[in-house]
Order: sequence, then structure tokens, then C-alpha cells
Amino acid sequence: MEQSILTDLKKAAKKSLKARDNELANSKMQLDILNGELFADGELPFFKDKIAETGQFPLRPKKLEILQINVGYMCNQVCNHCHVDAGPDRKEIMSRETMGQCLEVIRNTGAHTLDLTGGAPEMNPDFRWFVEEASKAGIQDFIVRSNLTIMLANKKYNDLPEFFKKHNVHVVSSMPHYTQGKTDKQRGDGVFDKSIKALQMLNEVGYGMTDSELRLDLVYNPSGAFLPADQAAMEHDFKKALKADFNIDFHNLFAITNLPISRFLDYLIASDNYEDYMYSLVEAYNPAAVENVMCTNTISVSWDGWLYDCDFNQMLDLKVASKVKHIKDFNDDMLSNRDIIISQHCYGCTAGAGSSCQGTVA
Amino acid sequence: MANSYYDPADLRKFGKITEWSEELGTKFFDYYGKVFEEGALSAREKSLIALAVAHVVKCPYCIDAYTKDGLQRGITKEEMMEAVHAGAAIESGATLVHGVQMMNKYDKLSM
Repeated sequence: MEQSILTDLKKAAKKSLKARDNELANSKMQLDILNGELFADGELPFFKDKIAETGQFPLRPKKLEILQINVGYMCNQVCNHCHVDAGPDRKEIMSRETMGQCLEVIRNTGAHTLDLTGGAPEMNPDFRWFVEEASKAGIQDFIVRSNLTIMLANKKYNDLPEFFKKHNVHVVSSMPHYTQGKTDKQRGDGVFDKSIKALQMLNEVGYGMTDSELRLDLVYNPSGAFLPADQAAMEHDFKKALKADFNIDFHNLFAITNLPISRFLDYLIASDNYEDYMYSLVEAYNPAAVENVMCTNTISVSWDGWLYDCDFNQMLDLKVASKVKHIKDFNDDMLSNRDIIISQHCYGCTAGAGSSCQGTVA
Repeated sequence: MANSYYDPADLRKFGKITEWSEELGTKFFDYYGKVFEEGALSAREKSLIALAVAHVVKCPYCIDAYTKDGLQRGITKEEMMEAVHAGAAIESGATLVHGVQMMNKYDKLSM
């Protein structure tokens, strides 16, 4: 490979695929690749056939437990592995009207977990209003997925730790590594130092301490074309290093596999790692992980109110296979009677011990 | 036939050696799997030993495999390079320690 191309690949991107007019910003193009010759020629089995071996096709939902709401694709960072293709140039933001429809569902559904994601969810101008309203609904576990650096991006975000504490929000934060080099390569220059500072701010108000009810969990995504190791072993290494170097405490580490879509797919193809990566995912396939895959107990809602089996299907524009497709028509019974839409990216959630936004492993 | 002795894609086919000798192949992979489990040494430590040995025996498949394994375990590049140096130091030491044999022979043959 030309050295210059490799160097470009290793720099953090400045714009989303969409803003760069990259063909992979088109979800159909991504699906064509995932259904391409590697699988069509029989070299590797389609996900559908793999789960059929253990009688798990079609994949069906269990009881709805988690409502995951993507409040917008705008973000202050442009991470190389982002499956949302988020960034400062993305203007898709959930309106207060759609938030109102979500609140209606939150009040009426039996889901015990509300999971707000983005982009940087805090950048939605109605984010605080939404959190205040949603926290009144008495949900058991109220998660906000924060990229950490947002807390230092502008003065108006500096009080986020206090705000989260006030509403007993469970903070789940991305932290690709406990060393600076790997973190900044994946997420951009300066991200590591800011993330450390933000974690210290969260610790200061009581987040992440051993006996604290203020939950602080970290998410680890591999910074490259490899799978995460054992979650417990990684958690041990992160805890030891972050405590020794920065006196940081946190509760759990979720090791999440990068799915071959969007910017991570672009990286895999450009770095000539796509085929090897798909082999690694298929080789690591674990039928036991299919049992707990997150799409079986989650509904994902997009900024404009459409419903998906998961956040990844949302980015591939694969809406739920149900008559009910929008939050305004939400109906738990009808939604629970659907087949979950799958493709080859699903191997990402069934590799090894499995990979889930909630940290569940087989 | 491939026109080079080493093809990176052959690593994926390693398991196929069992097809031509099931008993020995299976015994080997059982043993191999057991060796790298957590034990008195951690799986992480054993991964670094494997990486060092991979370099000493100059096995390109093993180097690919244990560089990736190290990345997966969160092993840093500094740790990986130190492991390679440990292997290289033993290998060069093994050459140099034979210098004593040379010296002995030289002395014996000289008046």
C-alpha cells in the first residue's frame, strides 16, 4: 500500500463520510458490500444460515426492556470507527415534537432502561429538557452515552456532571484505551487528555466510586481491525492503569466489537483489512451469544422517530419489519410480533463472548 | 499452486492439518489451546512470550497471529517491541556464547 494512503488513514478524519460525499455514506452501498462475493460465493456463510444451524433463524424479539433513542448525529468529534458517521457537520437532530412522542412511549411501555445516544446527545438543544422530562417517568436505569470531551468543549457543558447527578443518570462513556496514542488516533488529537479530565470531573461529583449509586461505565472499542479481548481482563487492565496514572475510578468496562459498517467499514476496505476482519468475526461466532444479542430486547429510535432493531440497523436504514415503523404509532404487541432484520454486520455482536451496548456477555 | 512459499491467507487454514491426521492434529490443537489458557502465567504474559518466540523462529504466520492477539489484549507496542528484543537478545547471545568455544579451541590449538 502507498505510504501516503496509509498515513492519511491513520489520521483522524475531519469530516463525516456524508460531508465528504463518500459512497459509503449510502447505506445501500454498505449492504451491497456486506452481501458481496465473500459471502455470496460461499467462502463464508451468511449470518442467516449460521444462526439457522442452531435453529435461531428467524431471530425474534423477547420482552422489550430497553428503549434506545438516538437524539441526533451531531457530534464534536469525528472518530475513525464511528458507525453513526457522526460529526460537527451532521445536522440531523431530534425535534421536541419527536421527543414528546418518545416520552409518551417511555411512560406507557414496560421498558426498564432508557438509553440516550447520538452523536453527542448533549449537543441537542432540547437535551436537558428531554432528560428532565424523561427522569420523571420513573425509569429504572437511565443511560446517557457521553463521549466525555463534550463536557470540556464549551463552558455551557461544564456543569454536565452535576446535571447528570441531579437526574441520577447512568453515564456510559467511550474510552478506547488507557494510553494517549491509541485514544487520539481513533478519536482525534487531544481527546485523551480531555477524556481524562472529564472522568476526573465525574469522579469529583461522586460518579464511579466503588459504593456510589452514580453509575459510571466505560466502553472500549478496539482501535483497529481486531476484536476486543475478554471483557473482564480488559476491565482489570483499565482499572489498574487509570487508577495508578490518573486516580480515576469507574464501575464496569463494556468491550464492544466494531461492526463493519459506515466509517469503520470505510477504514477496513481502505486498509485492506475487510476480508481478514470478516473471517475473524465469523471464526469467533458463538451461538450462545445469539441468545443475548441486544436487538432481542431493544428498540432503537432515530432522530426523526423511525424504529429499528438496533442502532446499527438504524445507520443501514433497515427499519423494523413491522406494520408499526414510527414512534408516533408505537405498539408493543405489534412490535414484539416481528422478525429481526439481519445481515452480515450482525456477526459483530455474536463474536466471542458477544458484544452489547449494555455490556452483556454470554 | 501459489507462487510464493508463504501466503497470509494460509494461516486461516491451519486447522485443516487435522484433516490428514485427525488424531495427531486434534491432540496438537488441544495441547496448544491448553498452553495459552490462564495459568501460573497469565494469558497476556504467554501472548508476549509467543510473540518473542515467533520472531526467533521467524514464523511470519505466528508474527501476524500474535501481533493481532497482543492488540486484542490491549498490549502496547512498547511491550511488544521489548518482547521482540528479549527474543533477539537470547538469539544473538546464543550465537555469541559460542565465541567461548572459539576461544577455547583457539587457545588449545595455539602454542
